[in-house]
Amino acid sequence: MGTLGHVLEAEGLATVALSLVRGQIERTHPPRALHCEFPLGRPLGRPADAAFQRRVLLAAFRLLERRSGPVLEDFGEVIADEADQPLTCPLPPRLDPSVPETVDEVLGLRPAYDRAKAASGRTMVGRVVDADGVAAAVSCFARIAAGEAWESVGLPGSPPEVVLDIRAYYEEAALALADYVPAARAAESWLYRTTATGRVLREAQAKMREAGAPFPVWFYVVPVSQQPSG
Amino acid sequence: MSDQAMRALVNDVAVPEFDTTPFTLPPPLREATVAIVTTAALRQPEDPPWARGDESFRVLPASARNLTVGHASPNWDRSGIAADLNVAYPVDRLRELAADGVIGAVAPNHISFHGVIEGTLSTIRLDSGPAAARRLRADGVDIVLLTPV
Repeated sequence: MGTLGHVLEAEGLATVALSLVRGQIERTHPPRALHCEFPLGRPLGRPADAAFQRRVLLAAFRLLERRSGPVLEDFGEVIADEADQPLTCPLPPRLDPSVPETVDEVLGLRPAYDRAKAASGRTMVGRVVDADGVAAAVSCFARIAAGEAWESVGLPGSPPEVVLDIRAYYEEAALALADYVPAARAAESWLYRTTATGRVLREAQAKMREAGAPFPVWFYVVPVSQQPSG
Repeated sequence: MSDQAMRALVNDVAVPEFDTTPFTLPPPLREATVAIVTTAALRQPEDPPWARGDESFRVLPASARNLTVGHASPNWDRSGIAADLNVAYPVDRLRELAADGVIGAVAPNHISFHGVIEGTLSTIRLDSGPAAARRLRADGVDIVLLTPV
């Protein structure tokens, strides 16, 4: 944010940045910044709350009235995440005992995922695999968790990138199951702490680390906020 | 780990250093054309995907809502932007502010970069950043709202 503020302003545009990490914005000192003590990923604060988002924007735009800079102010309200309170939403019952639990879970969540996609008109699934490929991708991680080498299980992309699709599938399904927008990181915690796939991803990460996989390959399979040291 | 702790963890990461801060005086807000420049790595489905360390930008028509999120970091909450694009890319809020006469107009195009890129960001500073600025100015943009994720 800070760097783009400098670059765009120097080209004749007036900029105002929303900030989520105060230390970084202090050290880059862009022309104008409103620090928002909100969870990462939510610079406007509250999803589906137009009135709150408008207040944030108006506070940011008020900084444009200053005649000199740099200007750094704090938005007056703080929003906390709920990583320690996983979203409570029902997992589908076991449908087909002949397939692994993770596959059953992925397939059981498909109607909810489809509802979420239809409601929003978009999806974050599709970086490496689409929704049809999520079950197979999870199965690859299940094989890693069972002891197979991560390079040989047929993952269609780098493990962290494939995980982003799995995670999007689950979190978008969770939005439909919950029927409200959860607090930040509650859906993430639901995936990693309460689902079969979440357990597999954590186990696969541990196995890759034990096997000496490169740091970027295993570390980003699980968000820092969900790791044991986190 | 809470999000607050996560933010504390990245609070001190290295960032580009600047000796001075440029400052452009904008026209009155009610007369200004406003664009969003986000680092959420948004793109339209037909745009080139984001590569690792990608310092280029994508142009987002103001009417586009079928946007994908290409940001590579797993360490930010994704449920918010999945539920409501406006929580990081407030394109509908800008339209409302224009309709209410708070801002002059919404730019016809917005722009996305990919955030959390390590290094000096020399391409953004010397090449793609100025190019994005020229693109915005050609659209008559006066003010840019910068949004991270």
